[in-house]
Amino acid sequence: MSETVLSVEKLNVSINEKHILHDVDITVNRGEVHVLMGPNGAGKSTLGNVIVGNPAYSVDSGKIVFGNEEITNISADKRARSGMFMSFQNPPEIGGVSLSSFLRTAVEQRRGQKVKLWDFKKELKAAMELLEMDESYAQRDLNVGFSGGEKKKSEILQMLLLKPTLAVLDETDSGLDVDAVRLVSKGIKEYVEKCGGSLLIITHSTRILESINVDYTHVMVNGRIVKTGGASLVTEINENGFADYE
Amino acid sequence: MAETTKVTDIDRSIYDIRNAEDNDYRMRSGLTPEIVEKLSAEKNDPEWMLEFRLKSLEVYNKLDIPDWGPPIDELDMDNISTYVRPKSDMKASWEDVPEDIKDTFERLGIPQAERKSLAGVGAQYDSELVYHNVRDEVSKQGVVYTDLESALRGPFAELIRKKFMHLVPPNDHKFAALHGAVWSGGSFVYVPEGVHLDIPLQSYFRLNAKGAGQFEHTLIIVEDNAYLHFIEGCSAPKYNVANLHAGCVELYVGKNSTLRYSTIENWSKNMYNLNTKRAVVEEGGRVEWVSGSFGSHTSYLYPMTILKGKGSSMEFTGITFAGNGQDLDTGAKVVHNAPDTSSVINTRSISKDGGISTYRSSVVINPQAKGAKASVSCESLMLDSISRSDTIPAMDIRTGECDVGHEARIGRISDDQVFYLMSRGMSEEDARATIVSGFAENVSKELPLEYAVEMNNLIRLEMHGSM
Repeated sequence: MSETVLSVEKLNVSINEKHILHDVDITVNRGEVHVLMGPNGAGKSTLGNVIVGNPAYSVDSGKIVFGNEEITNISADKRARSGMFMSFQNPPEIGGVSLSSFLRTAVEQRRGQKVKLWDFKKELKAAMELLEMDESYAQRDLNVGFSGGEKKKSEILQMLLLKPTLAVLDETDSGLDVDAVRLVSKGIKEYVEKCGGSLLIITHSTRILESINVDYTHVMVNGRIVKTGGASLVTEINENGFADYE
Repeated sequence: MAETTKVTDIDRSIYDIRNAEDNDYRMRSGLTPEIVEKLSAEKNDPEWMLEFRLKSLEVYNKLDIPDWGPPIDELDMDNISTYVRPKSDMKASWEDVPEDIKDTFERLGIPQAERKSLAGVGAQYDSELVYHNVRDEVSKQGVVYTDLESALRGPFAELIRKKFMHLVPPNDHKFAALHGAVWSGGSFVYVPEGVHLDIPLQSYFRLNAKGAGQFEHTLIIVEDNAYLHFIEGCSAPKYNVANLHAGCVELYVGKNSTLRYSTIENWSKNMYNLNTKRAVVEEGGRVEWVSGSFGSHTSYLYPMTILKGKGSSMEFTGITFAGNGQDLDTGAKVVHNAPDTSSVINTRSISKDGGISTYRSSVVINPQAKGAKASVSCESLMLDSISRSDTIPAMDIRTGECDVGHEARIGRISDDQVFYLMSRGMSEEDARATIVSGFAENVSKELPLEYAVEMNNLIRLEMHGSM
């Protein structure tokens, strides 16, 4: 039996009284890579946000279990400390806070202890080199004036340092050029191999999936998971689109 | 808290004055020539200063309370005048800085070195021993840093007579007149030509029940080709019963000199902070203001710069944090009076828990200031829907040959930002405090480290329990 990391059961979610997710079930085991595909507005990002605890959404019924703990009503910071992560589709800008000092605080929260500046800098440098990020980014204000690609790389950088047990990647490949896709994929691969973490990849396209072994593919339409399959489902959708499921 | 006998003395003198006068008379005049004369005698003023005080008192009685800013009608002028007399009495008691004040500084994270210069504040009122370390080092270069009272009787007496309340004359406004009548304490700094002072001079004004420094006067003269960084920290412990701070700062910056003036004000929240600060800058000179306003019930604070000499410049960087019950009206003024002058005003204001924060500025470019450049940027952050933020920038441009820019932004902390930081493990409170500290970073990065730490601690204190 493989160890269950995340279990979403019969989840119903709404925002501003609008019902978005209907009876969603998903189980992710340790080390597995799940892909969530679907047309625009299907509710994919909503599911990602609800899993990591965005308070803008309300869970009307069902539950989310992370590890052995039910976390349906637990705040986002506690989920993060216990090992959840989401790469944001549009990470907000935080002026006056450098990427480096922010990330160090986050790492300390995650590990529950102070991290020596020297050790942290070494880790940061290694991860930035992997992603071919210029060192100067560490001193820049968090996401302020970052290009689309830089923002996504910064998200993957955070994932590499935080070493979550489950990472949700929300449209991490959208709007990226070929080079950025390559680097982001490299970062994701590193995470899977070094941290043994589980992934839930929300995407429209298949570009970042080319270098990653996908275990399961879920298709979401109108807030419901309409089909679950293996890696081949990605190729199928790539060729035929979602028309068969709508 | 154990009150000292000095406080009992103050209470008695307040009582005595009330008994001696009839209500209507007290209400009308507030402050009497007799009280001013007594204060002057106690301070051993030169004759001209006594006359200056009495003339200021006349002006004070003629002028009206300003009606264009935050309300100050709760300010009991009668009470304030009575604070004046015992203030000079307390000189002697400054020697023993109370334990609780030291504790407060510990909590504020002011390091050991800073505590030493806090103790130095006492020197302004009587003995000079606490500033001795600093003075030995800087006096070799001919720099004078002392309390204004003793400077008035020293070799700089004539210079002070020429400059004292010359930039801020008593008829400037009612509280400048009040200051002229009852000023006490403060600093006199003289930097001779060509002296570049590497270490900043610091004074920390800690006001206690005895009200010392409520009307302190800071007079700084920087001669040509010199540099000075002066740091002023102001805070008040909770037991402060004083309710008006009407200090005055006058800065004279010589040719090609730079004066940097940094302030963190954290008055107690029963304080009316009606402070006046002004600088005049000669050719090629520069003044840099860094100003953080946190405490006080009501503030009127707009440091003003007169760019008098060709090519002179100023930069103002300020932050204001208005919490529950606070109405802080702050900003800056600049007058361009010469060609090729430049000014940059960059402010941030934060309001929360119903606090009101108003940014008010005035930029005047006179006809002779050809080639002047002025840039104003103000950003406000409201932390909830019950707080208020206003922006009142005024510009009076009298020449076409100048370059003027203005930018204003008002915003709120977005839920997206808070969620983002929380999704990285920060508690909601830490997330908000981080966003606010980041917003204030343009000011904190301009401050010396210990003050930047104090400012961030103040932000954390203000943010604590704000949810």
